[in-house]
Amino acid sequence: MSRVHDMGGRFGDGPVPVGSDTDPAFAKDWHARALALTLAAGALGKWNIDISRHARECLSPKDYSRFTYYEKWMGGLADLLVQSGVVTRDELAGQIVQPAPDALKERKLEAQNVAGVLAAGGPADRLGPAPQFAVGDRVKTRRIARNLFVDGGHTRLPTYAAGVEGEVILSHGCHVLPDASAHRLGEQPEPLYTVVFDAGDLWGEPERAGDEVTCDLWQSYLEPVA
Amino acid sequence: MPHDHHDDCPPHSLLPPDPALRVKALETLLERKGLLDPSALDAIIETYAHKVGPQNGAQVVARAWIDAEFHAALMSDATAAVSEMGFYGRQGEHMVAVQNTEAVHNIVVCTLCSCYPWPLLGIPPGWYKSDAYRARVVREPRKVLAEFGVVLPENKKVRVWDSTAEVRYLIIPQRPKGTEGMSEAELANLVTRDSMIGTGLAKEVTT
Repeated sequence: MSRVHDMGGRFGDGPVPVGSDTDPAFAKDWHARALALTLAAGALGKWNIDISRHARECLSPKDYSRFTYYEKWMGGLADLLVQSGVVTRDELAGQIVQPAPDALKERKLEAQNVAGVLAAGGPADRLGPAPQFAVGDRVKTRRIARNLFVDGGHTRLPTYAAGVEGEVILSHGCHVLPDASAHRLGEQPEPLYTVVFDAGDLWGEPERAGDEVTCDLWQSYLEPVA
Repeated sequence: MPHDHHDDCPPHSLLPPDPALRVKALETLLERKGLLDPSALDAIIETYAHKVGPQNGAQVVARAWIDAEFHAALMSDATAAVSEMGFYGRQGEHMVAVQNTEAVHNIVVCTLCSCYPWPLLGIPPGWYKSDAYRARVVREPRKVLAEFGVVLPENKKVRVWDSTAEVRYLIIPQRPKGTEGMSEAELANLVTRDSMIGTGLAKEVTT
């Protein structure tokens, strides 16, 4: 079953906190610091984007709900730093700090390399198998939105779109499979598609008949519809 | 070695309760371990606070409005088209441009986290990352749009794009009427951040 982050379609959240189009990028200084710290720590190369997303998703539902956005990032980062052996629990708790191994120190993100690292990005497309589906094909999503490798593991099929028929509208070539990559099981690239769903099929009673929702879904999430 | 905590409590619970102090504690720890250069954080913040933002996406949209050839290139391979304008990088590696029309209004969300095209729009606004937006816009996009002051005609279809992979979407809003003689730079001023997410429309021209 899903985790707390998988909230698409949920009732009860109230109005969207609509701001102004001209609000600054960071509402508070520590928000900016938290984002930068997360990127700099990621540059150490001890985890990938799927592992870091899963770390945030693994926050307890209580913490996930009470934390503001960048608190979730800090919570996920602290947990990842310990899980990947970069820091110890005692160091996090304020005990004596041991220097990191030289090999890891060499990966430290230097200020002069920031622009290059951000500009280079981290593409997720890979060589892989030929697509099984073509644009226009009808497909049905996995009935339970779950990770097949790890119980409670990471997946990018939202629960609201599980077990639903839709139509392939875009084909993106092969991308790293997050379900594997988030658990250090290799990249296992698969064809990735954009699939469109009818709102009535997702919600029972659509807000307006004929409205649609799309998701970007890996081939193993999908089965053909005759 | 002192142990005043239980191993079953998550590591993050060992940090100070105040969020700003929590960030500071992590930053100080990594710096003391020799893994963090604080000036690198300053450089990252400078990039996303001032250099990379929705003004980039607005240039792309304005150009697409006046240059049919560029528009065609953008719709067929957005990553290549915006890269040629210098807009590429983290969270913009796989771009798709989606055109709003008289028949269809498009909106972007990431229900599972906060995926957003950083090189074109910068860091997502608070509301984009809010539970309310993530939970509701897929199920009741018209009610959500109304909260942004946008009311669509009933005969216009809404298509909501949930960014569940590393593909990032840029909405190309409809060009406002009465802008035929405007320059690319003037047009870019009409393109708001929200209009490129789909929760807004391009600004109307007041005469």
